[in-house]
Amino acid sequence: MAEEIKLMKGNEAIAHAAIRYGCDGYFGYPITPQSEVLETLEELMPWETTGMVVLQAESEVAAINMVYGGAATGKAVMTSSSSPGVSLKQEGISYIAAAELPALIINVMRGGPGLGTIQPSQADYFQATKGGGHGDYHLIVLAPATVQEMADFVGLGFDLSFKYRTPAMILADGIVGQMMEKVVLPEPRPRRTKEEIEIQCPWAATGRHGRKERNVVTSLELEPDKMEVNNIRLQETYKHISDNEVRFKEYYTEDAEYIIVAFGSVARICLKAIEDARSNGLKIGLIRPITLWPFPYKEINRLSKTAKGILTVELNAGQMIEDVKLAVECKIPVYHFGRMGGIVPNPGEVLTAFNKFFPEATNNANL
Amino acid sequence: MKEEIIIAGFGGQGVLSMGKILAYAGLMENLEVTWMPSYGPEQRGGTANVTVIISDKSISSPVLDTYDTAVILNQQSLDKFEAKVKPGGTIIYDPAGIHRPPTRTDITVVPVDAMTAAIEMNNTKTYNMILLGALLKHRKIVSTDAVIRGLKKTLPERHHHLIPLNEKAIEIGMSIS
Repeated sequence: MAEEIKLMKGNEAIAHAAIRYGCDGYFGYPITPQSEVLETLEELMPWETTGMVVLQAESEVAAINMVYGGAATGKAVMTSSSSPGVSLKQEGISYIAAAELPALIINVMRGGPGLGTIQPSQADYFQATKGGGHGDYHLIVLAPATVQEMADFVGLGFDLSFKYRTPAMILADGIVGQMMEKVVLPEPRPRRTKEEIEIQCPWAATGRHGRKERNVVTSLELEPDKMEVNNIRLQETYKHISDNEVRFKEYYTEDAEYIIVAFGSVARICLKAIEDARSNGLKIGLIRPITLWPFPYKEINRLSKTAKGILTVELNAGQMIEDVKLAVECKIPVYHFGRMGGIVPNPGEVLTAFNKFFPEATNNANL
Repeated sequence: MKEEIIIAGFGGQGVLSMGKILAYAGLMENLEVTWMPSYGPEQRGGTANVTVIISDKSISSPVLDTYDTAVILNQQSLDKFEAKVKPGGTIIYDPAGIHRPPTRTDITVVPVDAMTAAIEMNNTKTYNMILLGALLKHRKIVSTDAVIRGLKKTLPERHHHLIPLNEKAIEIGMSIS
């Protein structure tokens, strides 16, 4: 059967993809620019078809703790919000990470800090990739650039999250949440049965089933010796994820003399800028990290060996640039261009910034 | 083929839905489309705009510097977007409420008395479809047939009786522009 192509917003695609993945529960609280996730789920009424629970909680804090509870029973559960709401969820996210539970968290970022603005932003990069909540933990962070990726990363996020028992985050921005484009939704699959959950998630709190020890899901461990062991186990998991799950995409890097690093919808703005520049003989390439954690350090390091300079373009004051600088080990210049507070640069602005940082590139191209 | 379009006016004039109808028509013709709205408080009465790109190749940036076509529904939007139309491009605008009309001579300027025509149709909700008709006459982006098929696909059944009215509005838009 030919897959049907649909036209929808990124936020709507997330809702459709969640139902089709066999998600067991969504718990959320409305906030622009991601309210369509909850709205679409309520329109689709999956509780009548797949049995998926959709619940508008009384707050973001309540929603993430419902996710914590659902995840503890081995269910595929998720929440979504935008920047200020995701800040509220951080305590719960830290607990979920510490309890080694799978869960999917979606942040459709808006301009901050504070209540900020509802327009697009990428200023939660640090929060998403460096912790966010307290303690030594990581989330698997996926950065979609298209509506198709919004749909695809729901399944990918859940799969990785269950594989490593680590919460995953889709870190999108207002552009990719609000824009409509073509999407092929994943094939629907049934929710896992109770028996499947018991087999696949032996750690889950699903009842004793004749076991001697109860499964206890907690982030509390008052004995420092044991708590250190827990931390070491988490770090081993993170090492394993870093070694195996780095995802990225390269464009025009084969002959590139300069590299732009950008993620999410901004990478697409940069791609247009690069295509315009290439028609004038300027050899710029693009690398788009898809996993922001684990970050593609090795790949950017490889590109830095043949490039003369790197520009990061972000909707923030310069956050991912710190990881890019770590990757290139100070071997070549790395600059940042960003707009903040909900302003989105157009491709022309990106090129103007590039020319400002690398005037020699433009001079050579004009020869 | 690639058409980069900005549609801009007041919230409530049908800016976003006109863009949506255009995007669905592109989908009907198996083209690549992006529809990128301003989604801010504009929707509640300020200026609203939407960027629609329709192309036979994959689309990189949904955010643009310049446009092939601008459909302009108020003075603020004209002031903002007139300079951003590519040379050789097109501005389609309703002169109602415009006191400083476009002055560029390197683009095609098409005034469309859409509000007057909508009032004559006794249904001001046809306003954006009249402008869409004018757009489709001057820029052969998608066929009227594709627009109608798109409407059939996206409108709930209970609104399908309105499709002939919309088709009529498109025809009027084509005839008066």
